Amino acid sequence: MLQGKQSWVFNNKPVIISSAAVGGPFEAKGPLSKDFDILHDDLWMGQDSFEKAEKMLLETACDTAIKKANLKKQDIDFFISGDLMNQIISSSFAARTLSIPYLGVFGACSSSMEALALASLLIDSGAAKHVVPAASSHNAAAEKQFRYPTEYGGQKPPTAQWTVTGAGAAVICENGNGPHTTCATIGKVVDMGISDPFNMGSAMAPAAVDTIKRHFEDLNRSFDYYDLVITGDLGSVGHRIAGDILNEQGINIPKERFSDCGLLIYDEQQQIFSGASGCGCSATVTYGHLLNRMKKGELKKILVVATGALLSPMSYQQKESIPGIAHAVAIEM
Amino acid sequence: MAPKKGNNLTQEQKNYQKYAKDREPKRPVLKNCIKAFIVGGLICDFGQLLQWGFIKYFHFNEKTAGDPTVAVLIIISVILTGLGIYDHFGQWAGAGTAIPVTGFANSMASAAIEHKTEGYVLGTGGNMFKLAGSVITFGVVAAFVVAIIKITIKWIGGV
Repeated sequence: MLQGKQSWVFNNKPVIISSAAVGGPFEAKGPLSKDFDILHDDLWMGQDSFEKAEKMLLETACDTAIKKANLKKQDIDFFISGDLMNQIISSSFAARTLSIPYLGVFGACSSSMEALALASLLIDSGAAKHVVPAASSHNAAAEKQFRYPTEYGGQKPPTAQWTVTGAGAAVICENGNGPHTTCATIGKVVDMGISDPFNMGSAMAPAAVDTIKRHFEDLNRSFDYYDLVITGDLGSVGHRIAGDILNEQGINIPKERFSDCGLLIYDEQQQIFSGASGCGCSATVTYGHLLNRMKKGELKKILVVATGALLSPMSYQQKESIPGIAHAVAIEM
Repeated sequence: MAPKKGNNLTQEQKNYQKYAKDREPKRPVLKNCIKAFIVGGLICDFGQLLQWGFIKYFHFNEKTAGDPTVAVLIIISVILTGLGIYDHFGQWAGAGTAIPVTGFANSMASAAIEHKTEGYVLGTGGNMFKLAGSVITFGVVAAFVVAIIKITIKWIGGV
């Protein structure tokens, strides 16, 4: 049900009955390694290309989530997924293997919450009984497409970010045990003219701020309502900017309750510049770490604001600025 | 890759860019320059040693020793690229490893490895010069222009 300008309230409270996070070797060395269901020790994952490796990550995440829900692929009505590859091939090819009716979405790194919001909407409206939302990214595949070859020795600036190799998936249904999605806010595209692809935190921060503000206005809530408001992949640069803008606009944010997925998944010893990024970042942290914390009772109400930079390798070469977007989904125990 | 400062930005966008810039970590330019100077210098020193070695032990003269020297540097760079070491070194050393011939070799080898999955013809062959291509293009154009200038000066009776 629409509430306010751009928020949906899910009165039937769709349940996340299971979820899975799959990661690569770099994620295995990070502080959240215990929250992953499967960790691969090789970037290739036994495949002959990075693109195939990403597809496999996504398939494994979906399979694991479905298995954990004690369901079969045939029980799933719809599969909603997004990734960073051209023509979202990882999602589409995974859908080919899964053979579940499929809706491909693209919101760059915000695809994870875009998929979850749509999945919740389908369940809430009665259009489906079981839906699997998912998202994935692969470090080397993303570098290859958006930047330089992986072995190229170019120097990256401190504002750059490290794309997560990982996939996250969940199974959403009408009833059952687990955290439920209560509402979602669909963000609008915000472009503040940042055009450096090595500085996506700054490009996405205004979109995150816009969506958070809109969410609070639409639902008449404040930061106090949530135990944690977590952005997708702003990294240290974007997170600081977003926090400062919110503060200046009179939205009081307690520091310990405002975080970023891109700051949690790796530790400081790993050379990741200003933080993690990629669809896999918010997907694995939400479907692994955050849902685990909710199940343990450490968190009761969270708002995940996945952020995306809607650039293409061609658009920045043509000196276009980077449009940002953010989608928020509230998950409550 | 400096972002082009467009004049068609709105005031709000300009204000934000300043706001964001104040909160971004700066590139450590001086530190990068010093590292680049030292590493780039050491690579060149190593090249010089190689050249002397070729002259002293392999009977090359100063002119002909250049070719085997460059070849050895390229081979080392390509092997380090293949072993996945060069990019880490490059992140640390920056221009120090990018500017000498080793950087050129790395840009070609890395692109060749990266696109092997698309086949030898469309992948490796077609993409090898993806990064190095513009160096060659502008190198040749610049050489042509310089040569024209030299010939013209000679023709009008200069040095």
